[in-house]
Amino acid sequence: MDNPTVSGSLRYRLGLTLIGGAAVLAVLLFFAVRSYAVQVAQQGQDNILVASVTSMLDAAAIRDNTVEVDIPYAAFSMLTTPADDRVFYAIFQDGTFLSGYRDLGYLGPDAGLENIFGFANVRGVLVRQVSASRTLIGANKRTEVQIVLAQTQDALSATLDQISRNAALLGVGFFTLAAALSVWATAATMGQLDRLTTSVTRRGPQDLRPFKNSVPQEMAPLVQSLNSLMARLDQSLSQSEDFIAEAAHRVRTPLATVRSYAEATLQRVDKEENREAMRSMVKAIDESSRAAGQLLDHAMITFRADHLEREDINLVELVRDLVLRMTPIAEMKDLSLSVQGDGSVPYAGDAILLQNAVRNLVDNAMKYGPAESLIDITVRAEPHPHIIVCDRGPGFPPHEISTLTSRFKRGQNAENTIGSGLGLTIAQDVAAAHGGEITLENTSKGGACVTLSLSS
Amino acid sequence: MRYVITLFLIMFGQEVVSQEWEDHQIFNAETATTSLRIVSSTDTDLFAPLIEAFVAKHPDVGVDYFVTGTAEIDRLFRDKPKAFDIAISSAMDLQLKLTNDGFALRLNGVLHPEWAQWRQSLFAFTSEPAAIVINKAAFSGYPIPRTRQELIQALRARPEAFRNRVGTYDVRKSGLGYLFATQDARASETFWRLMEVMGSLNVRLYCCSGEMIDDLITGRIFVAYNVLGSYAAVRAESQNALEIILPSDFPTTMMRTALVSRDTLVPQQAEEFIQHLVHQQSGANEAATSPLPRLGRAGDADRATIALEPALMTFLDALKRAKFLSEWTSALIQD
Repeated sequence: MDNPTVSGSLRYRLGLTLIGGAAVLAVLLFFAVRSYAVQVAQQGQDNILVASVTSMLDAAAIRDNTVEVDIPYAAFSMLTTPADDRVFYAIFQDGTFLSGYRDLGYLGPDAGLENIFGFANVRGVLVRQVSASRTLIGANKRTEVQIVLAQTQDALSATLDQISRNAALLGVGFFTLAAALSVWATAATMGQLDRLTTSVTRRGPQDLRPFKNSVPQEMAPLVQSLNSLMARLDQSLSQSEDFIAEAAHRVRTPLATVRSYAEATLQRVDKEENREAMRSMVKAIDESSRAAGQLLDHAMITFRADHLEREDINLVELVRDLVLRMTPIAEMKDLSLSVQGDGSVPYAGDAILLQNAVRNLVDNAMKYGPAESLIDITVRAEPHPHIIVCDRGPGFPPHEISTLTSRFKRGQNAENTIGSGLGLTIAQDVAAAHGGEITLENTSKGGACVTLSLSS
Repeated sequence: MRYVITLFLIMFGQEVVSQEWEDHQIFNAETATTSLRIVSSTDTDLFAPLIEAFVAKHPDVGVDYFVTGTAEIDRLFRDKPKAFDIAISSAMDLQLKLTNDGFALRLNGVLHPEWAQWRQSLFAFTSEPAAIVINKAAFSGYPIPRTRQELIQALRARPEAFRNRVGTYDVRKSGLGYLFATQDARASETFWRLMEVMGSLNVRLYCCSGEMIDDLITGRIFVAYNVLGSYAAVRAESQNALEIILPSDFPTTMMRTALVSRDTLVPQQAEEFIQHLVHQQSGANEAATSPLPRLGRAGDADRATIALEPALMTFLDALKRAKFLSEWTSALIQD
């Protein structure tokens, strides 16, 4: 059988896509959570800075023509952080430094409309700074007070480190879960294909019924094509069987006529060489008729094997009955048939098929058995019901004995199985239909033995 | 290393020597190979046991111990961060601002509770309440005041007895006095009323606890407000003459703090000294024999300790300080 050309793996492709997608999503999740956390944390610090600077600015007043900023204790108190962040501030009046840290610069006169946030470097450390301004109206002047407040970000970075760790854990967790789900989903999807494959593989060689099991929507077209392929195959097979049966039937009737004419002519012909020719003719006609009979048998077995009609029978009786009917033909060839074995072997099987099989085996034995020899037919119940047909002929060719049975499998070397091969094929098909098999061997005295075993 | 120190002493020695010190002692000069220069506001006799315990464990380290006022420590440290290795001060606000301004070295090897340290750079090692110390003789036959309010009433009741006989810190000169005064002012308006009363009695102003206690013992003053009780307690003569009152209306407890200079030349020895300091002063250490109060706040929930937090910088703001001092002056100095 040709192996299909394999290019890539659906399971691998599906799994890789899902897991890769999960990885990308996990990384995105990590960065999304982290950047959101940065925003929130920065917002938190900014809010506190604004509250602090606002409370400081509220404490600004003009008294005796000088600006006073009575910084509330809470203004710096609220800037306490777990990491003890450093605080810097500067107070400006109209751009002139009044108090605080000179490291912080005046941010310009227009800064009063709203708070201005920014980062700055104070004494070698990065600080978040916010400014707020307010215009004070004194007795005879307007003056602008601006306060710049700055804080280091140690607590913020500690928080962010913590959040980053948690976000990373979240990402890894998400990825693990998604990867597990991907593997599961891939396996579940591929499982459907595997199931179909198994049910196709498990079918018997003649089982061409359509698949009725429910399959996922996506696989329906595949199953439909498979079913239609099998329907066509079935039809084509039965057509050819019909054709063979029809042909055999049509050939057999005229052959019988021709044979009777040949027999009659043989009686009337005196010249020895003519008689010889007539005998050969009758023999050839017999041969053709036998082949046609086997073809008919085979067609019938193919049909009946699918619709086995089991009934309780006694195999010994069945064989004796058959032997009785075949004895005249055997006697014509100077052969004797002997039935041995158990007295009664009951079995539930298709009597017509079994008779056909045994007849073909005996037929073969009669063909190969030399004149005046015995054909032994043994019927036994143990270890399971079986019938052995042995002749005293030359036996099977030793180099073919191991391959002969496999040659009878359906569809192999059909042209070679005509003749004795077709008889074995028939026996093989009947045995298979009854859950059994045939085995070939040569006896020590040189005869061929065929065992038809049936399942118990 | 020694060469560097020698060079350093040549370069900066002049300033150090020319400085007016309240006291200067050298410990372990004989065996020392390196020297720790400590500038402190704590009197030598109170601090010496801690240094002696340290040099006993570290015979190769000598200690140069300079004593001066808290405001002076702050000024010296800002001017010459390289001149000293360790600064010890009772003025928490100035120490915190030094740390905030980046003068302190981060010491990751010092294990200390969160509330008693700031930025792992500034370490508290005592808990000392501000006290009212009175000369018992002046109150014989009169109830002893337990709160600021009662002190006000006592002073008002006998103004003639107390005229020129009350003392407190000159907050313009003393960093600790300023810290106590500002914390009192935050807590209650009673502080201002007391200042007004003391002003009307022609209050005496002192730079330091020591002098105030001296004058209490000699009877030059009868009442000292916001003195460190610990200073009074160690004076042998005080036992009979003085009474230390921790005002029960609102308490003010200061923590003495230490920091290591960012520019120290002996960071390892300095860190070891701080470890020694906080270990000796921690409440858990039974063996320590320091006369300084231990660090602790267990059981003292009512004696609120001034927190080590950025808010301490509030009253150090130039504008705020000017305003506070002007109010203080107008309350206390009534010409």
